[in-house]
Amino acid sequence: MAFTPEDVQRLAKLARIELGPEQVNATLGHLDNIFGMIAELRQVDTNGIAPMAHACDVGQRLREDKVTDGSIEQRDRCLALAPESEAGLYLVPKVIE
Amino acid sequence: MIHASLKEVVSALDAKKVSSLELTDLFLGRIAQHNPTINAFVTLDEEKSRAAAKAADAARAAGNAGPLTGVPIAHKDIFCQDGWRTTCGSRMLENFVAPYNATVVERCNQAGLVSLGKLNMDEFAMGSSNETSYYGPVRNPWDTERVPGGSSGGSAAAVAARLAPAVTGTDTGGSIRQPAALCGLTGLKPSYGTVSRWGMIAFASSLDQAGPMAHSAEDCALLLNAFAGFDAKDSTSLERDNEDYTRSLAQPLKGLRIGLPKEFFNADGDAATMAAIDAALAEYRKLGAETVEVSLPSIGQSVSAYYVIAPAEASSNLSRFDGVRYGYRAPEYSDLNDMYAKSRAQGFGEEVKRRILIGTYVLSHGYYDAYYLQAQRIRRLIANDFDQAFKQCDVIASPTTPGTAFKFGEKSGDPVQMYLSDIYTIGVNLAGIPALSHPCGEINGLPVGMQLIGPYFSEHRLLNATHQYQQATDWHRRTPAAFA
Repeated sequence: MAFTPEDVQRLAKLARIELGPEQVNATLGHLDNIFGMIAELRQVDTNGIAPMAHACDVGQRLREDKVTDGSIEQRDRCLALAPESEAGLYLVPKVIE
Repeated sequence: MIHASLKEVVSALDAKKVSSLELTDLFLGRIAQHNPTINAFVTLDEEKSRAAAKAADAARAAGNAGPLTGVPIAHKDIFCQDGWRTTCGSRMLENFVAPYNATVVERCNQAGLVSLGKLNMDEFAMGSSNETSYYGPVRNPWDTERVPGGSSGGSAAAVAARLAPAVTGTDTGGSIRQPAALCGLTGLKPSYGTVSRWGMIAFASSLDQAGPMAHSAEDCALLLNAFAGFDAKDSTSLERDNEDYTRSLAQPLKGLRIGLPKEFFNADGDAATMAAIDAALAEYRKLGAETVEVSLPSIGQSVSAYYVIAPAEASSNLSRFDGVRYGYRAPEYSDLNDMYAKSRAQGFGEEVKRRILIGTYVLSHGYYDAYYLQAQRIRRLIANDFDQAFKQCDVIASPTTPGTAFKFGEKSGDPVQMYLSDIYTIGVNLAGIPALSHPCGEINGLPVGMQLIGPYFSEHRLLNATHQYQQATDWHRRTPAAFA
């Protein structure tokens, strides 16, 4: 497995993490080593084996679709944790000109 | 009282030999004295702790005491605790004051347990040495030049240094068992779905499970009783009747079949560690257990499968940290995407970023089948191996770690070496089954841990076996000299 700086930049872009050129090189080396280890998985014969997504084979429990929590007080405590909020809304940089 | 078991603490409270407030002050005093050395706690709020202790004393005076009312504990900083800063070891959450309680915390509060503070950990629970915490590494009380293990390293160090009698931890790939082993504690990872994940900051949701860490199996059983059980708020919580995890402690071990996987008992193991495990097995045989060889043919692939599945789930879970609703936001940026990218670059540490990138890769177009689905198929092979092995034995034994606590920096430059040190613990999380680590010896003054693994819902059996072993041995009572 050999990652290129472009591969790492593409992943960083997908993951929304800014990486400087030095970090790209450091990350590249680590990813090469880690995928060198993980590569063994591709040699294993798993024909006919169903993927296991969950530790316990039980169905997903569903609940009624109803509001169970939503007090203004709790809303305000949550909003207070945001870097920027106003009038009950989260603020982000302008996305539409 | 600092060396007392939970049962002894409760007896002292019952007999009014000590109040919860006195106990709380005792441990807060020790924290003030020793935390500057070992860095186990990241947040303290003495006023809140004392208020909880006073409330516990009042409940006791009013005759409303539960089995653990007034006992001081502490929570790993991965659990949201209402009104407490909850950082998950990350700069991202440096100023995050949780607006609600995790179910684990809520149940401990309901049980009258007094919270002493929040415990340091590897950032977002990603690490095996506590070196990835933004708040500095935790030091191992047995040797402060060495790591306490991770990710629940603050939890383990706090109990080992007698700064808290028992604590909570979480385990995604060994994060309760490995630090328990390196710090000389007993720590249990319950069956997946036994303890609610609600309010526990998610790393890899199909693997994460909370559990108790304490000196003995009996203490772990008592603490687990306080917070385990079905919770409608966690969609993966299993709907079962509540269990009393102490119910089998006294059962004799006659006839217990301990399976020894040949993949773990071979010439590759560290000789001194294997000698300590052999001595522990001899003790178990004296107690009436027998050992049988079993095989886990796919276990060798568990680390690789884990380092596909866990980062994949982490890359998805950690997408919530975007600098919008809570957490760190970069001070300068040009637009929305730049704000995301800079906030995440500055808010996350190197190991967390690395794992997000691994996860992004294995889930990306063209690689999903080759890595992610293949890892999930191997996950099933590993789970099947355990099922097969448990037809021949009741529990499986192994070392918890390949060696004793290592020095700072020894493995942090090489992630692969760090990952491979979790070889004994990771398969258990993939299979979802319970396992615990208990102290079983020392090498050059450093604790050695033995792991016991059982089939789904066998926590009471693992605790029983360990309790019987701990009645006959005193490894779990040893104290690091500087903290005696």
